[in-house]
Amino acid sequence: MEFLHLNDMTPGRTATVTELKTQGSMRRRLLDIGLVPGTPVECVGQSPGGDPKAYLIRGAAIAIRQEDAESVILRAGVDE
Amino acid sequence: MTRPAPAPAEEVITVAMAGNPNVGKSTLFNAVTGMKQHTGNWPGKTVTGAEGRCRCHGKWYRLVDLPGTYSLMAHSAEEEVARDFLCFGAPQAVCVVCDATCLERNLCLLLQTLEITPQVGVCLNLMDEAEKRHLHIDLPRLEALTGVPVTGCAARRKDAPQKLCALLERITGGETSGEPIVLRYPEEIEHAIAPVWRVLRQKDCRGLSPRWLAMRLIEGEPGLTEALNRHLGEAFMRDAGLFAALAKAEATLAAGNITPEKWQDAIVTTLAGAAARLAAAVVTGDEKSYSAGDRRRDAVLTGRRWGYPIMLGLLAFIFWLTISGANLPSFLLAGALFRLQETLSGGLLGLGCPLWLHDALILGVYRVAAWVVSVMLPPMAIFFPLFTLLEDMGYLPRVAYNLDRPLKRCGACGKQALTICMGFGCNAAGVVGCRIIDSPRERLLAILTNSFVPCNGRFPTLVNLILIFFVGTAAGAERSLLSALMLTGLILLGVGVTFGVTRLLSRTVLRGVPSSFTLELPPYRRPQWGQVIVRSVFDRTLFVLGRAVTAAAPAGLLLWLLANVTVGGSSILAHCAGFLEPLGRLMGLDGVILLAFLLGLPANEIVVPIMLMSYLSQGVLQQPGSPAEMQGVFLANGWTPGTALCVMLFMLMHWPCATTLMTIRKETGSAKWTVLAAVLPTLCGITACIIVNGLYQLFV
Repeated sequence: MEFLHLNDMTPGRTATVTELKTQGSMRRRLLDIGLVPGTPVECVGQSPGGDPKAYLIRGAAIAIRQEDAESVILRAGVDE
Repeated sequence: MTRPAPAPAEEVITVAMAGNPNVGKSTLFNAVTGMKQHTGNWPGKTVTGAEGRCRCHGKWYRLVDLPGTYSLMAHSAEEEVARDFLCFGAPQAVCVVCDATCLERNLCLLLQTLEITPQVGVCLNLMDEAEKRHLHIDLPRLEALTGVPVTGCAARRKDAPQKLCALLERITGGETSGEPIVLRYPEEIEHAIAPVWRVLRQKDCRGLSPRWLAMRLIEGEPGLTEALNRHLGEAFMRDAGLFAALAKAEATLAAGNITPEKWQDAIVTTLAGAAARLAAAVVTGDEKSYSAGDRRRDAVLTGRRWGYPIMLGLLAFIFWLTISGANLPSFLLAGALFRLQETLSGGLLGLGCPLWLHDALILGVYRVAAWVVSVMLPPMAIFFPLFTLLEDMGYLPRVAYNLDRPLKRCGACGKQALTICMGFGCNAAGVVGCRIIDSPRERLLAILTNSFVPCNGRFPTLVNLILIFFVGTAAGAERSLLSALMLTGLILLGVGVTFGVTRLLSRTVLRGVPSSFTLELPPYRRPQWGQVIVRSVFDRTLFVLGRAVTAAAPAGLLLWLLANVTVGGSSILAHCAGFLEPLGRLMGLDGVILLAFLLGLPANEIVVPIMLMSYLSQGVLQQPGSPAEMQGVFLANGWTPGTALCVMLFMLMHWPCATTLMTIRKETGSAKWTVLAAVLPTLCGITACIIVNGLYQLFV
């Protein structure tokens, strides 16, 4: 199975969250915006500078900075 | 508007309005309570709860608009405010407002609220948007599955208040739609909860749900535990049975190797899973709330090629509209106000008012106030609606998204871009807006640098100086375009300095690494034209104008006195100006200009009137009339294009006005930061003026 970090996703790509490699407040914040294991995520765009990128998470487009997105591990593809 | 109030004996039912950010909660709140709380299409707009009253079907309700939050786990200030009100504010019911186009995400909050209290109703807002996106939501099914009353509405439609009223009545009327849904957590979590829950069910939990309380006590988060101690009392917490149960729960968790992280993950995963299943059961149709249209718009508006050019273009276009549209009304307004002056003057003299009082009131107070109104009102009445329009459509979060990277390089938060935008309207509003930034360090950066963008009180002056000295005062489309471009350039300079100073601060006194940044990009929405105009004219334009006039009127009196009381043959005004002359000269200005800036502390709008008054040294402010007249006065007093440039630079960078300073004091709670907020732009302004003046003397 192919694994990747959230920040490696390019616009148009979809994947499913498997794990959060961070603790404390950052972890809670990521969980709050819906990055729970099993959640499908689509990268929907990037800002003019390339960072942050926008991800479609549980129905809302949310911008996340590269270094924050690094700690989210996903597997390629979405279960349907 | 006076609204009826409940008679003292009447019962008032308190209902909390909770919801995710950006679901139109405040719009709904305003529609029902008739209040004009400002709403914006970006997350975090409501930072402190607002409250209002409404009367439905003979009953009074007190509605409390809680800050928008995704969860109630109290990870941020807003979440804490929301959670604490739900737990300790004793609301008789909670109305959870959900975005119908993004139900799953919103249901998470509903489920968390239901854990705290069963007295909950759901108001699905934005049903019109959902219809447009061909989403169908089975409301009866949602009601059956959650066990709480549900209604659908569109806050923009006229029937929204009635629908909300009907819902309030259903929540508080004791009518139940079945048992409210209870979340089941994984076995190992339930095992730990069970003993504590059992003990708490036997006790009086003072309105708190025993199950919810059991979970929070097991978590033992210090802030909440303290609040619970206060709410429930020491005796409650010192109960031996409770103690034993908690110890048992702890042992169960330890045996199952459930760390706090695993516990939290299990809870969040359960919540998210339940919300997803609920949403899947009631929503049919294309589920994308971020539609194909939003994608196309974002591809352009935040794209690599067009993102920045469009942002700049919009800024210049707004200035162009403001400048070219404000000229004629400004001229007409000035004429009308000065005709009124003659009537007033005649009236006062006719009543036998002494001449000195007449002069102080009419030539001092009235003239300065009239000047401020005629110069400021037209540009503001054009600028504010345009700006509100962009806000309403959802463009502002995109500005923050586009500018996050450059701001991160300066050690700041992308949301600072939003506060910069608010600063264009009013720096004091911009400073208050900094509350949307979570990290205290980044919030201070944004507060300290906010006054580097010129507010509405300053850019009429910039526009006039550009017209007089660089473009020419004759009317014409290409001239107004040129002045809009120059103004844009000047403002970009201000934004550039904001970035530079932010960077400097984050390398020195406010050292630190940028914290995390997550920002929701809400769907683009069709603006509500009527609301935009009403809101921007009444809430913003008249508010700012009112403030300016209140500052200008006493300043007018002071000025009249300074200019008319003479010591040793010349007025006090002249003495002060003479004292400031050397520093003024060094900066490419003169003593009068510097004095005008100092006296203009209450409001930047009155700086130019003070200059004109001192130059004419007859102690009376001249009719502003046309820029050509102003040009005559300035040229006669030795102004060159270099002087104008330095005045514009100093206008861009000097101490913030008194209102802004007071706001900074309030927001930071510190005199030290307030002083720094005044010193920083002043130093930048003095330096810039000295350099530009030096270069101008050398080369021109």
